[in-house]
Amino acid sequence: MALEVNGSTIEQDEEGYLVDLSSWTPDIATALAAEEDVELSEEHWDIINFLREYYEEYQIAPAVRVLTKAVGKRLGKDKGNSKYLYSLFPYGPGKQACKYAGLPKPTGCV
Amino acid sequence: MATKKFMFVNRKAPYGTVYAIESLEVVLISAAFDQDVSLAFIDDGVYQITKGQDTTGIGQKNFSKAYKALGDYDINKLYVEKESLEERGLTLDDLMELTWEDEDDDYAEKPSIHLVDRAAMSGIMADQEVVISF
Repeated sequence: MALEVNGSTIEQDEEGYLVDLSSWTPDIATALAAEEDVELSEEHWDIINFLREYYEEYQIAPAVRVLTKAVGKRLGKDKGNSKYLYSLFPYGPGKQACKYAGLPKPTGCV
Repeated sequence: MATKKFMFVNRKAPYGTVYAIESLEVVLISAAFDQDVSLAFIDDGVYQITKGQDTTGIGQKNFSKAYKALGDYDINKLYVEKESLEERGLTLDDLMELTWEDEDDDYAEKPSIHLVDRAAMSGIMADQEVVISF
């Protein structure tokens, strides 16, 4: 799979995750979301940016449970629950948000 | 699902073979199943959690930072064998500071690494229901 963003070709694996994690840009996130008919709001970006920081620090994409807890701590309790996260990322906050953030699929996620 | 006591035993250096990173992946997956997980670091396995790892020379990902996330996964029983450290001229100060937050104690940060001698380690192992060796 591949995606055209601003004239360059971005390689994806068979599930749509970026092959080269370092090729990520915010425009790529927007394009990946558009493929799934999602328009990224400020709330989406909060989670995407959070995931990128988490990956930078720990070199792993967090499991949903860990993401939920960490978001609650960072962005407030009203956002640190699966109902809120699933409302933003209905295909699963781990899977879908990590894809837009240019991270690998979370370990243990099927 | 009933909770079982799982121990993952790490005996190999972090790079050069896939044992260490494969073990770490299995550990992270096991956390999703709400099991009672502990880790043992024995022999060259103690190098997996040493400070200041730098993989630029071997062109591999430095995954040592991921051990710092174990606390978030409620994995906070990391047993390090004292003799293995000593035989390699290492002390606790050479290991990363790995901690977890105790929700029941006002989120106090507590150390995840427990230094145990060989006899104590064998006792802890005997107490497990499942031991998986890497």
